[in-house]
Amino acid sequence: MHSTDIARVDPAHLIACPQCDAIYRARMPEQGERAVCARCHTVLIAPRKRAGMIIIMLSATSLILVLGAVWFPFLKISRQGFVNEATLLDAALSFTGGPLLLLSIAVTALIVLVPMARAILTIYVLGPLVFDRPAPPGALRLFALAEALRPWSMAEIFALGCAVALVKVADLAHLSFGPAFWMFAALVFLTVIHDRWMCRWSVWESLEHGYGARRAKAPA
Amino acid sequence: MSGAATPMTTAREAGLVACTRCTRVWPMGTKRCGRCGKTLVSRDTHSLSRVWAWWAAGLLCYFPANLYPMLRTQVLFQVSEDTIVGGAIELAKQGAPFVAIIILIASVAIPIGKFAAIAWLATSVRRGSRTPPQSRHRLYEIVEYIGRWSMIDVFVVAILTALVQLNLAASIKPGPAALAFALSVIFTMLSAQAFDPRLIWDRAADDSASDERA
Repeated sequence: MHSTDIARVDPAHLIACPQCDAIYRARMPEQGERAVCARCHTVLIAPRKRAGMIIIMLSATSLILVLGAVWFPFLKISRQGFVNEATLLDAALSFTGGPLLLLSIAVTALIVLVPMARAILTIYVLGPLVFDRPAPPGALRLFALAEALRPWSMAEIFALGCAVALVKVADLAHLSFGPAFWMFAALVFLTVIHDRWMCRWSVWESLEHGYGARRAKAPA
Repeated sequence: MSGAATPMTTAREAGLVACTRCTRVWPMGTKRCGRCGKTLVSRDTHSLSRVWAWWAAGLLCYFPANLYPMLRTQVLFQVSEDTIVGGAIELAKQGAPFVAIIILIASVAIPIGKFAAIAWLATSVRRGSRTPPQSRHRLYEIVEYIGRWSMIDVFVVAILTALVQLNLAASIKPGPAALAFALSVIFTMLSAQAFDPRLIWDRAADDSASDERA
């Protein structure tokens, strides 16, 4: 597309690749297809049927799993008659004393608080959209927050850490998995599926138009 | 500017500014994205100084992370302290070479590779590079994706500390390197996030344009 052509198009109908700044006329791809940046291959639009409903259910399940994983033990250790069980909260709060306390706060945030916050925000923002209701107050800001939190949600890395820890102490003591470990393992899959179904452009578009319509109706 | 050499139009060339968060496009000069509220800049000119600041902070933390012990293991009356590399060597000796390799990759190869990659990308943007932008952009994506996984070592320490509390039989405590390592990972993630990948493509477009003129 030539620059003079595209300059005449209403900017609201354009989409810019966030990675390389190439612009395109935004068009909903055919069912099952994805719009990919021709220059840097970043996925721009990837809608799926009923994605909203599926994402909400995935988020609700994640939320339940994280809450469960916090209270149930995830690993159990025994050696010479001594037995110990650790819950997620124990692991997160295991760094005590002095500057290591900072680490406890960071670990709690990365494996419990951020994944929970993302699930709650996603349900709050997408829930009304799925049921054809106007976007809830602050939806745009909150969705932006959920997006910003994405790289800091590290539940799946923690799950792999469990496996490494298991091997590390294998010769020191006997280890077995508790229910929370399997909850976390399930969470890893949920996170991957969630990212597959999420089409960010579609969410922004529906939030913008829902929001705009509502604002137009409200008295100035 | 004939068709084949510049097949792509960027928002900047079209006199527009793009929101990197929600991909909405606005007329050049718009201060804030009307959709998601992000501050709009056509090119983040301060990007590189923030990249280097976080990069240096990350590197600074990476040294103590390797010099101080990560774990303090007490079995009966024997106390041993392990650094990251020491712990991996110990694991390999105990007959778990695969886990040792995972740890060495996650805590040594990836962090060092990341420091090198970010430094190279930041310099290439300023000075230009013969490496095609596609490859450099791919490298940037890999750095952004893989950075979080270095956190695994910190989580292993947290798990072990919580779990291995068996009185005299065995207990594990975290060492100061755990904090340094976590900070190093967080700082390098921030460094990669501060980088504006659009700069990779701009410079490449400028270079090929000047090649054409010459």
